[in-house]
Amino acid sequence: MNMKKLATAIAATITLALASPTAFAAWTLNMTPGITAISQRIYGLHMLMYWWCVAIAVFVFGWMIYSLVAFRKSQGAVPDTKLVHNTRAEIIWTVLPVLILIGMAVPATRTLIETDDASKTELTIRVTGYQWKWGYQYVESGVEVLSTLDRDSNAARQLGSGIDPGTVPNYLLSVDHPLVVPAGVKVRLLLTAQDVIHAWWVPALAIKKDAIPGFVNTAWFKIDTDKTGLYRGQCAELCGRDHGFMPIVVDVRSKADFEAWLKTQQAIQRPAEPATPAAMAGVDAAAAKTG
Amino acid sequence: MAYTEHAAHDHHDHKPSGMWRWLSTTNHKDIGTLYLIFSCVMFFVGGAMAMVIRLELFKPGMQFLDPAFYNSMTTVHALAMIFGAVMPAWVGLANWMIPMQVGAPDMALPRMNNFSFWLLPFAFTLLLLGFFVPGGAPAGGWTLYPPLVLQGGDSFPLAIFAIHLMGASSIMGAINVIVTIMNMRAPGMTLLRMPLFVWTWLITAYLLIAVMPVLAGAVTMLLTDHFFGTSFFSASGGGDPVMFQHVFWFFGHPEVYILILPAFGIVSEVIPTFSRKPLFGYEAMVYATASIAFLSFIVWAHHMFTVGMPLAGELFFMLSTMLIAIPTGVKVFYWSATMWRGSLSFEPPMLFALAFLFLFTIGGFSGLMLAIAPADFQYQDTYFVVAHFHYVLVPGSIFTIFAAVYYWMPKWTGHMYNMTLAKWHFWLSTIFVNVLFFPQHFLGLAGMPRRIPDYATQFADWNMVSSIGGFGFGVSQLLFPYIIYKCIRGGEKATAQVWEGAHGLEWELPSPAPYHTWEEAPTPAQIAHGAEH
Repeated sequence: MNMKKLATAIAATITLALASPTAFAAWTLNMTPGITAISQRIYGLHMLMYWWCVAIAVFVFGWMIYSLVAFRKSQGAVPDTKLVHNTRAEIIWTVLPVLILIGMAVPATRTLIETDDASKTELTIRVTGYQWKWGYQYVESGVEVLSTLDRDSNAARQLGSGIDPGTVPNYLLSVDHPLVVPAGVKVRLLLTAQDVIHAWWVPALAIKKDAIPGFVNTAWFKIDTDKTGLYRGQCAELCGRDHGFMPIVVDVRSKADFEAWLKTQQAIQRPAEPATPAAMAGVDAAAAKTG
Repeated sequence: MAYTEHAAHDHHDHKPSGMWRWLSTTNHKDIGTLYLIFSCVMFFVGGAMAMVIRLELFKPGMQFLDPAFYNSMTTVHALAMIFGAVMPAWVGLANWMIPMQVGAPDMALPRMNNFSFWLLPFAFTLLLLGFFVPGGAPAGGWTLYPPLVLQGGDSFPLAIFAIHLMGASSIMGAINVIVTIMNMRAPGMTLLRMPLFVWTWLITAYLLIAVMPVLAGAVTMLLTDHFFGTSFFSASGGGDPVMFQHVFWFFGHPEVYILILPAFGIVSEVIPTFSRKPLFGYEAMVYATASIAFLSFIVWAHHMFTVGMPLAGELFFMLSTMLIAIPTGVKVFYWSATMWRGSLSFEPPMLFALAFLFLFTIGGFSGLMLAIAPADFQYQDTYFVVAHFHYVLVPGSIFTIFAAVYYWMPKWTGHMYNMTLAKWHFWLSTIFVNVLFFPQHFLGLAGMPRRIPDYATQFADWNMVSSIGGFGFGVSQLLFPYIIYKCIRGGEKATAQVWEGAHGLEWELPSPAPYHTWEEAPTPAQIAHGAEH
């Protein structure tokens, strides 16, 4: 059989890929458990589904492979042409999947109901998608941030820039002004868009929500207090030419650090006009001053 | 035997020669051939675009394309593959096989049959013309979501008219299939004696008739929004952009089954043949197919879990989607049971059917995972979804088209094809398709969104593997037209039955099948012999 040659070909392919000059050595295989109780539950749900699929695969593929080996004509297998029906087997392989599905549906439904509960939030941020950047407005304090792809990534991503993306830190995943949020506080996001549909996605928060012009969507998160740091995401709904170049960076700070940051921003932005969508053009200047 | 007379009839058949024969033909076999050639051409057109995509994604950084052109590549690749390659292939196979399998002399509406084919070249000329007009080819994704799609240039109306023509063609094709099956079955060919391919196509045809007009309506509303000042999908005029997504996926989800149900039919013919054993649970298979078709109408919003539906909506669509796993899983069990205690041999059609069985099931697993709404918040619009739908469409639909061609080609041409080359085609395709698409699961889970022309460096490794698989898969496909060409030109003479375990009316006919078949209905004995499925 050609199997040996083919196995060699696969091995060669894998070796070639491993020896790739841009050895970023990521080879990531799985989802992140994330930094909120919900994201960890979703991760658990994902793993539950995964292991169910593996278990079913072992059974079904095992059955198929056994048939392929055991009932070969070349080995003299004689067909049992009367075997076209078996009520007991048919009932089992219909009822068993139903039970497994119920086992999946119960935790899925519970988690879904939890993600939907956007009540009792302490801080509201309006997220606006633009072609191709994100605007954030802290509704209670009026502080605004406009978040665009950072300069280094932007230079490197131009066609024929000659800049090796490997030399740019967090290539395509860093912005000039991140979204700063407090840990341990239930934060509500109100998502909308100015031009076309975008989707705000940060895997660590397990939030992906469409930002739709003329409509407001709600999402919420409460980050574990020990998970301060930077978390990155991207626009997840095709939104035109530069859809791939409007990343999201969430800067998670302790509650005290966040309050301090917000105060500074308020002091800087207070002299400016109160923020309204109409004043968004002026926000560029204000945002440029934020740090 | 009845068909010696048919052969004599051929002398009286004055079909025009040259180009005019193909333009004016009303013969189901000629039209089937035209559909299959068209499908093959579009498979390579769409495939070339896939190669361009994988080339740009080979490493991080923009090497070759402008991002807008990249978006055109993904958009037109999808439209060409769905509407140009897979759907016409099914219609081509239906044209060739349904009359032969139900004992009818031709399709019921032969002139409409001709028309429905010849619309397609015009449709795709319009679509591909988009590359040469100001603004470039459509780049808003094949799902055509407003408001983005309304930003398109001059190719926007071209694409809309192309979709209208494709839709009209599909509807006519579907009408033809239904009328043929309902009215032209040979006496004694009862519904529950029909081969599974005929059954799955009958159900598919109803899906087409139900949803193609919905798509036509949706794109017409886009057209009037763009040119005539309506606001169906514009919030500023009181419309709703999400309404388009609901309407689109009300078409789009049954469309997914339009692409896969005939594949179920093919597999249900090929596996029994090469297991030398009738299909396990024939009637249950028919009912399972019908229930999948029914469910396909009530699950559409699982494509839109992130648009912000009310909780009740998300719950309903999550649970209804999970239900599909039952009839689909049952089908996989019935195919496995068909092989159980059979006598298996591994000719190329069987190999492709087996690859379908394993790899479509993998696509089914990722589909089940995607059905879980909270988890879908992480999967939606990532490469996990890309991996999922390519697993169900490439080793799902495309591999079964290969299986069907390798299964029936000796009947069409009267020659056996080069089995060794066809097995190479199988092994190369199967290995590379996994190298191509399996790593995309990892990319999606690691956080890579779909439809992006460039990516963060942590996605570089698996993208390179995927691209290598892509190039390997693309090059391997060149074997396919070569094998077909050689088979048409000559080869070992095929017998009437071709495959030892084959049953069905088409195998009661000589190989190659005469230009006109079943002008006299098959005898009850032939039907009984054929119906041993």
